[in-house]
Amino acid sequence: MPLPYYVSPEQMMKDKAEYARKGIARGRSIVTLEYADGILLVAENPSTLLHKVSEIYDRIAFAGVGKYNEFENLRIAGIRHADVKGYPYSRGDVTAKALANAYSQALGNIFTQDIKPFEVEVLVAEVGDANGSKSEIYHILYDGTIEDEHNYAAMGGQADEIRRFLKDHYHDGMGLDESLQLGVRALSVTQNKTLTERDLEVAVLDRTKERRKFRRIPPEPLSQLLGTTK
Amino acid sequence: MNDDRRLHSFDASVNSSFVELLRRQSPHLLPGGPAPDVPHGTTVLAMRYRDGVIMAGDRQATAGYQVASRRIEKIFKADDLSGVGIAGAAGPAMEMAKLFQTELEHYEKVEGDNLSLDGKANKLGQMIRMNLQAAMMGLAVVPIFAGFDEKAGVGRLFKYDITGGRYEERDYDAQGSGSKDARDSLKKLWKRDMPRDEAMRTALEALIDAADEDVGTGGPDLVRGIFPTVKTITRSGFGDVADDEIRRVCEAILAERTKTGTGS
Repeated sequence: MPLPYYVSPEQMMKDKAEYARKGIARGRSIVTLEYADGILLVAENPSTLLHKVSEIYDRIAFAGVGKYNEFENLRIAGIRHADVKGYPYSRGDVTAKALANAYSQALGNIFTQDIKPFEVEVLVAEVGDANGSKSEIYHILYDGTIEDEHNYAAMGGQADEIRRFLKDHYHDGMGLDESLQLGVRALSVTQNKTLTERDLEVAVLDRTKERRKFRRIPPEPLSQLLGTTK
Repeated sequence: MNDDRRLHSFDASVNSSFVELLRRQSPHLLPGGPAPDVPHGTTVLAMRYRDGVIMAGDRQATAGYQVASRRIEKIFKADDLSGVGIAGAAGPAMEMAKLFQTELEHYEKVEGDNLSLDGKANKLGQMIRMNLQAAMMGLAVVPIFAGFDEKAGVGRLFKYDITGGRYEERDYDAQGSGSKDARDSLKKLWKRDMPRDEAMRTALEALIDAADEDVGTGGPDLVRGIFPTVKTITRSGFGDVADDEIRRVCEAILAERTKTGTGS
């Protein structure tokens, strides 16, 4: 009986990480920014039907980059996690932190145990109250690494360049239009073309809204906010 | 008759079984027996009007001959375009309304799209059917479901029986212990395409009539400032009618009745 090839664990992890990173780098990017009334999520996504950004619970949103079928699975798992928790307890007991931890566990297990790791990064954002509780943004990588981000976050192929750009240009207390324009400039920082409302999927967690804070911004008002209406 | 007495010992229910004895003498001691007096919601109604549907309910929960609560809410928002009015055992009914809300929201989030109004109405029917066993023991839940049908561009309403049977009503319907009186009232007052003000007044007239005739239904409570709930469901969504406005209309109706002697 032939012996199976020996591959050292270091080599195996390195290969898997490289494979996942390559997959993610092929996809378009997403930025998230805190603005005066909540959290803004901007994705470069020409499709109006296949979403990268969506609602998980009252004050929690999800964003994913990489392979669509993989982060779509994670999104639905997130909605299930949140609804199953909020129904027997209270809606206030559903937190981004618990959800981010669950994603981290799941992605970590898949990365170590499965032959093929997920080629995704996901982001979980929870908007704080008007009375001063802080917003939270968690960024979970393909191998389960979890980071909490402040003020802004970027993920996807050009994440590093976008993060550098946002570091130089982000400031507190921006209005929705200003933060949106900054987010779009950040997404186009590595490309020559200007992004229009047709290339973008935009949503906000708006703390001024009643119970469900998540709201998509359709193309019409989006072009107004971008200041590109003719 | 004498024969019956002589054959008494042949009756299957008279034997050496203690359970049978208990069933005859103290059925409330048997596990799973008929439920004791639990709070029951009393009267809710739904009716079509020009812009969609209006839903209204009194605020009282009744347990036997006691007022269990004076301020419960019986009309719940199911989602942006529909609502549930609950009647029957208040505890299971509120639980069912909450489960139904979560069900609709869960579907909407996973699918990225709303269920159709028919889909929502069917789903609620299935939930009522799941409650059938509890219903047989006196914990029946019989809601009214109403909503705005985006495709058809009209308001629609549905009533149910305890087995989950779903029946669409065209114009109006009421449910709960005072429902017959509310329906009688609506039968005389309801008109096609009423504007909002008139529809609201009609709904409140019907609830006041129900409270008048049915001991379980609570009327406008001027002392404590408790008034029926009224909600509207239109193309632009599920809307609350402000307490002040309901108070004004209730006071106007009562003043009118005092003056003319209507309903005395």
